[in-house]
Amino acid sequence: MSDFSEELVRPTTEDEQGETCVLSGTGMCFPWLQKHIETVATGGKREKDFAQTTSACLSFIQEALLKHQWQQAAEYMHSYLQILEDSDSNKRQGAPEIIWRLGSEILYYHPKSSLETFNTFADRMKNIGVMNYLKISLQHALYLLHHGLLEDANRNLSQAETWRYGEKSSSKEVLINLIQAYKGLLQYYTWSKKKMELSQLDEDDYAYNTASQNMLNHSWKTSINLCALIQIPGVWDPFVKSYVEMLEFYGDQDGAREVLTNYAYDEKFPSNPNAHIYLYGFLKRERAPREKLISVLKILYQIVPSHKLMLEFHRLLRKSEKEEHHKLGLEVLFGVLDFAGCTKNITAWKYLAKYLRQTLMGSHLAWVQEEWNSRKNWWPRFHFSYFWAKSDWKDDKTLACEKALVAGILLGKGCRYFRYVKKQDHQVLQKKIKQMKKSVKKYSIVNPGL
Amino acid sequence: MDLEEAKEFKERCTQCAAVSWGLTDEGKYYCTSCHNVTERSKEVVNTEAIPNTKIQAINRGLKRKQKLEKGWDWYVCEGFQHILCQQADALQTLGVGPELKNEVLHNFWKRYLQKSKQAYCKNPVYTTGRKTAVLEDNPSHSDCDSAPELLSDFSCPSFVESGAESQPDGHARKPFSIVKAPQSEMASICSGSLDGVEYSLRKEKGIVKMSMPRTLAFCYLSLLWQRETVTLSDLLRFVEEEYIPYIHAFQQFPEEMKLYGRDKGIFAIESWPNYEDIYKKVIEVATFLDLPRFPDITEDCYLHPNILCMKYLMEVNLPDEMRDLTCQVVKVTGIGEVGFLTFDPVAKKTETVKYDVQAVAVIIVVLKLLFLLDDNLEWSLSSIAEKYNEDNKEDKPWFDFRKWYQVMKKAIDEKKQKWEEARAKYIWKSEKPLYHSAIDKPVVHKRREMVVNLQKQFSALVDSTPAVEKKSPSSFQFNWTEEDSDRTCFHGHSLQGVLKKKGQSLMTKNSLYWLSTQKFCKSYCKHVTTYEESNFSLSYRFVLNLFSFLLRIKTSFLHEEVSLIEKRLFKKKYNNKTKKKSSKSRKVRRH
Repeated sequence: MSDFSEELVRPTTEDEQGETCVLSGTGMCFPWLQKHIETVATGGKREKDFAQTTSACLSFIQEALLKHQWQQAAEYMHSYLQILEDSDSNKRQGAPEIIWRLGSEILYYHPKSSLETFNTFADRMKNIGVMNYLKISLQHALYLLHHGLLEDANRNLSQAETWRYGEKSSSKEVLINLIQAYKGLLQYYTWSKKKMELSQLDEDDYAYNTASQNMLNHSWKTSINLCALIQIPGVWDPFVKSYVEMLEFYGDQDGAREVLTNYAYDEKFPSNPNAHIYLYGFLKRERAPREKLISVLKILYQIVPSHKLMLEFHRLLRKSEKEEHHKLGLEVLFGVLDFAGCTKNITAWKYLAKYLRQTLMGSHLAWVQEEWNSRKNWWPRFHFSYFWAKSDWKDDKTLACEKALVAGILLGKGCRYFRYVKKQDHQVLQKKIKQMKKSVKKYSIVNPGL
Repeated sequence: MDLEEAKEFKERCTQCAAVSWGLTDEGKYYCTSCHNVTERSKEVVNTEAIPNTKIQAINRGLKRKQKLEKGWDWYVCEGFQHILCQQADALQTLGVGPELKNEVLHNFWKRYLQKSKQAYCKNPVYTTGRKTAVLEDNPSHSDCDSAPELLSDFSCPSFVESGAESQPDGHARKPFSIVKAPQSEMASICSGSLDGVEYSLRKEKGIVKMSMPRTLAFCYLSLLWQRETVTLSDLLRFVEEEYIPYIHAFQQFPEEMKLYGRDKGIFAIESWPNYEDIYKKVIEVATFLDLPRFPDITEDCYLHPNILCMKYLMEVNLPDEMRDLTCQVVKVTGIGEVGFLTFDPVAKKTETVKYDVQAVAVIIVVLKLLFLLDDNLEWSLSSIAEKYNEDNKEDKPWFDFRKWYQVMKKAIDEKKQKWEEARAKYIWKSEKPLYHSAIDKPVVHKRREMVVNLQKQFSALVDSTPAVEKKSPSSFQFNWTEEDSDRTCFHGHSLQGVLKKKGQSLMTKNSLYWLSTQKFCKSYCKHVTTYEESNFSLSYRFVLNLFSFLLRIKTSFLHEEVSLIEKRLFKKKYNNKTKKKSSKSRKVRRH
């Protein structure tokens, strides 16, 4: 056998030697350097024009894809495929993945392409080398899913699942888990369809039993497929959600809680707001104590202070007995309104107006000032400009009133927003405006004397 | 090849009387020299026990797997000869006279074989110092283009025709004795040709080994000898446009000439020919062949700078009137003299005139004389010309550099784009895959199949409109006619705007000039000078880029040539070693 290995090694040297090879230092990458070096005449052997063709071809394909010229891209692809026969084994080995990515993109969009073409292409690419089998299988399945071919996708995933080559590497393991998880997701889909059917059946119906039995079978398979993946750190929202739904359906509350808690709190997982949202939703369904709900939302508040759940959070805090929660409640409201997307949120403004009054009545002026200090430079222009007063009044008078009250409290009755709304003579809102004026007079944090 | 196993068979071949047998896959004997297959098959000699024969059968099965393709016996030089033939044929269809192939190239090639001791000499390289089994010559041995046929008659007038026929001509083949490479020992390093492995290992001093680029050197030398109207850049462009077989030439070998292993490195190349490289090889080959002085390049030859300048002026759409100026420059610099132009490999070994590059350089010098090309004067002169043309619509228009720039820029950009696209779409790999060794073979075949399948799939997506039909080959890349309204033709425009009368003679209005190179390299780097793009004016760069694209050469290469012309033109300046920019007015006489 020694002869054989020699044979494998020796012939390649002839072609490979002399190729210009630029190694950049420790992980540093200068994209311009490569180009620069190519143009510099070197004493050694020139790069073959074959390599020039393939690299030019690649950039033409990329350009065509960028411009959505699928036709041209396919034309260049025809020539680019030569790279699979490159005598440079490095390039040859890297090629299938590039070809797969470009090719699948072209076939996805090309008007003449069909499902069949895509399938043949995917099957061919899977079998060039062994490196890409799993990845391509998975993407192929996603393509089929996209076209609504659930059964085909499922078959594809099953095939990939049973595929084995060489030793299990960690990257391969993740892929296998993903493949299984997608299979699980498909099974979840059929399960939830069955669930719908079941809900329409009468419990006394004899069909009910078989149907529920059927569902049980499904869920068992699914959970096996899903649970492996969600142990690995990552963002697995759809998988976690469906897994938890099934667990809950069969009354495994503890299991569901464990999965969600792990998903939200395990430090190895990347920070993911959805993890906390799911957990909160679950706890709420479970009617967990307020304290617990607050602690979950507190984390979400740190990650996404503008989330719509924040108003719910505020309500929880308001109802709490602890003083620090009351203070946090104010913070949360201010926090929500810091975001441009929430400026017209009437509930937030209503809460703020109400809560400001409440806080000031409770003589916590310091809390308000603390929040206001960091915002007094930009909120007036951001929320309370003359322009906003006019447009808010035009669009939504109630919102304008709430905002005017807040503006009055924070900026004093001299502020433009407040003055504009105050001046508007509106019969229905007359009472409200009057009340507003009174409140401002009473609670405004700005000392009119100064 | 099972030569070992065929050893015991000692009978003479019924066809050619040689005793050299191989075994076919079916186990029959065949003659390795004439490929006559006998009816006799190898008998199983030892049948002591039945299990034993089984083992033998298994053994044979395994052996067969390693077997390489068996075709005709052929030599590397025959391969090159075949390619040269194809190239000569292609040149003939391009309009070159038949003498090129039958006389000139044929003779050069014979001379090469002799000089490299492959044939026509007392002690050919194939028989020296090697334990070999020399085959007996036989009259009916007739490989398609085998060397023996060619070498048979020194005075044989035709080069290829003789190869096609099989002339029984025993005696001449003697020097070309065939060596059987001990192939079984070199299973990993193999070749389809008989001497491919040795050939690739051969490194003799003073021998110029044949290679694909050198086939073009041979072609160019014969073109030059014949003083044909093809320049080196034209030749290389024809190669690139596939009018002359080069990259895929080996695919035209007869079916039976198997090509694999080391042959791959010799015949299958993955680069287009490069002007500088081929130019060097031309000189190298000419020197090696010890060629005598080439026929004179006189004023009526296509390669004479006056004629080439005219050609390139037409090509780049410049006014015909510039011809007088180029002739002046040629005269002053002395580059139009026969002694300077004629290639004499023995006398001046290191160089020959790059006719095309030189002619183009002359045009650039003239453009600099007229317009200075300093990003300033050419534009102000253009404005004057533009105004004149507006006011005098009936007259012969003055040449407007700006307008010319606009037309040429557009044209060249389009051309370049197409050229780049064509390069990116070029298919390098041959239909039949080439492999390095027997082990490699199935893998390579499978890969090939895969590529073909994938290509089929993608070509199905391409619009079925036929590809742009190949235009017929031409030494012109641009065509400027008066009819085309988009692309103004400047051939008829006059240079009146940039010349002024002084007594009887005409002078350029512009009296300034700047030298492309102040100092020439004197070290051993062989560069004349360096070209740093950013140091030069935009219009000079444009002109340089335009011409170097036409000739498919590097801009720095053309810049060097421009500098060399200037060196001849402003000899005094360089001799005085003044470092300041020269400003010199030159008189230009007309008629």
